Amino acid sequence: MNREDFEILKTGIIYFDNGATTLKPKPVVDAIVDYYTNYTANAHRGDYDNSLKVDEKYEAVREKVKMLLHCEKSSEVVFTSGATDSLNRIVFGFMKYYLKPGDEVLLTKAEHASNVLPWLELEKEIGIVVKYIPLTSTNEVSMDNVRSSITNRTKVISIAHITNVLGDVRPIAEIGKLCKEKGILFVVDAAQSVPHRKVDVQEANIDFLAFSAHKMLGPTGVGVLYGRYELLNQLHPTVLGGGMNATFTSDGDFTWKSLPSRLEAGTPNIAGVIGLGAAIDYLLSIGMDTIQKYEADLRHYLLTELQKIPNVVLYNEKIASSNIAFNLKDVFSQDTALYLNHYHICVRAGNHCAKMLKDELHVNNTCRISLYFYNTKEEVDTLVRVLKNSEDIFRVIL
Amino acid sequence: MDPVMKREIILENYQNPMHRGLVEDSSYIKVNTNNESCIDNLDVQYKIVDGVIEDIRFDGEACAISTSATSVMIRSFIGKRVEEAKEILKNYEAMIEEEEYDPSILGELNVYEETYLQPNRKKCALLPFASFHKVLDQIEK
Repeated sequence: MNREDFEILKTGIIYFDNGATTLKPKPVVDAIVDYYTNYTANAHRGDYDNSLKVDEKYEAVREKVKMLLHCEKSSEVVFTSGATDSLNRIVFGFMKYYLKPGDEVLLTKAEHASNVLPWLELEKEIGIVVKYIPLTSTNEVSMDNVRSSITNRTKVISIAHITNVLGDVRPIAEIGKLCKEKGILFVVDAAQSVPHRKVDVQEANIDFLAFSAHKMLGPTGVGVLYGRYELLNQLHPTVLGGGMNATFTSDGDFTWKSLPSRLEAGTPNIAGVIGLGAAIDYLLSIGMDTIQKYEADLRHYLLTELQKIPNVVLYNEKIASSNIAFNLKDVFSQDTALYLNHYHICVRAGNHCAKMLKDELHVNNTCRISLYFYNTKEEVDTLVRVLKNSEDIFRVIL
Repeated sequence: MDPVMKREIILENYQNPMHRGLVEDSSYIKVNTNNESCIDNLDVQYKIVDGVIEDIRFDGEACAISTSATSVMIRSFIGKRVEEAKEILKNYEAMIEEEEYDPSILGELNVYEETYLQPNRKKCALLPFASFHKVLDQIEK
């Protein structure tokens, strides 16, 4: 749907790498160009008309995010450079002061590097203990495994809502409820879920959440850190500078502003935030439920077609999101991706920044197809036709 | 070189590469290329005696171009003096990067003469040679 809004699709590419980043519709690009062309000014600074307009537009996006995530307060929304930045701030701005040596943090081996490496670094720095919730035989997170992984030292569970390689959907509402009962903080990497379905931070008892604009039609370089107010208010600023301080004097005294300004030092990515606002408007005008349903139907169609091809090996048949991880039998994933590129089909090959997953999946690299609402059955048909004819793959790529 | 023949040589070296499988022998210098690429992961072992490359072995996972180029590199290097191999390395890299080079000393490695037409494959064709750079770093330290 809505393909006419995506200029790049007119070039004839078939874009199946939406888990990496999505295409940008015209209203998002227009909103960014409008800011740069017609009302450029800094935020939170001046008393002239354009400056006030920037403030209004910028803060309006905070309200949109609040509505999108169903936060209690808009001051629980902090603009960052992306999900990676948000997760790093949660770990090094909050957890570093909250956790004590020996405290346990539960992750899984399917997490993205940005939800693993900050924790491993903190483990080295202050002696927390990183543990992994075992995955089921289909590489998913079950409530039984979550329950059996919790000890009396467990202080945090930090996992993706939807994983970026296999696209399995975690039962975050149930996990959030359990965390609340046990006094465990619940951190959710929602980079792969907010673009595709409704996420409600209150309903799922989420304490911290991170996502990126560019995976949901928005620009690169901007993302969101959500934190429950009482916790976010204790998060130490990891970046200091203009816009976040209330006072500072030469004798070394300083005080910070209140939330959310305290956590947005320096000139923010104003154009990026405005672009994110346009992306949210765009997604909500279609409707998150409509998007989720459309993608589920398209994935089902794609899966059914791929299952008919004998030399296609599938790794995540049963999941309920919009990814498919596969390989061609006896072909290195990168060679498959290069072969598809020959037909202008964009897929990703590799370990997708989830380098521990190979322990569970027993394969180092896969090709990943990640769908979005602008993909079509016709595009799937082309992919399937090309894969069916792949016996000449080396003639094409060599 | 005839394009069909080039493809045949690359494919043959991919499907039946020379000296695949590592040996347990401390007289070999072992290097890994994983930090040059997120996806290809090759271990390469070199046995160099009195300035002569006596043997090279490799193992790991990589694309058709990287794997085949490793095999062809092994064929080209074994029996050569390190200085001769460095000359091959220099000319091979120049060929891949579309700079001036001498095709007469590259032998079978000339099958990669048109890799530059697919810029996203340059890195693949250079990967095995990154292992030789690492070996040179070690022996010339």
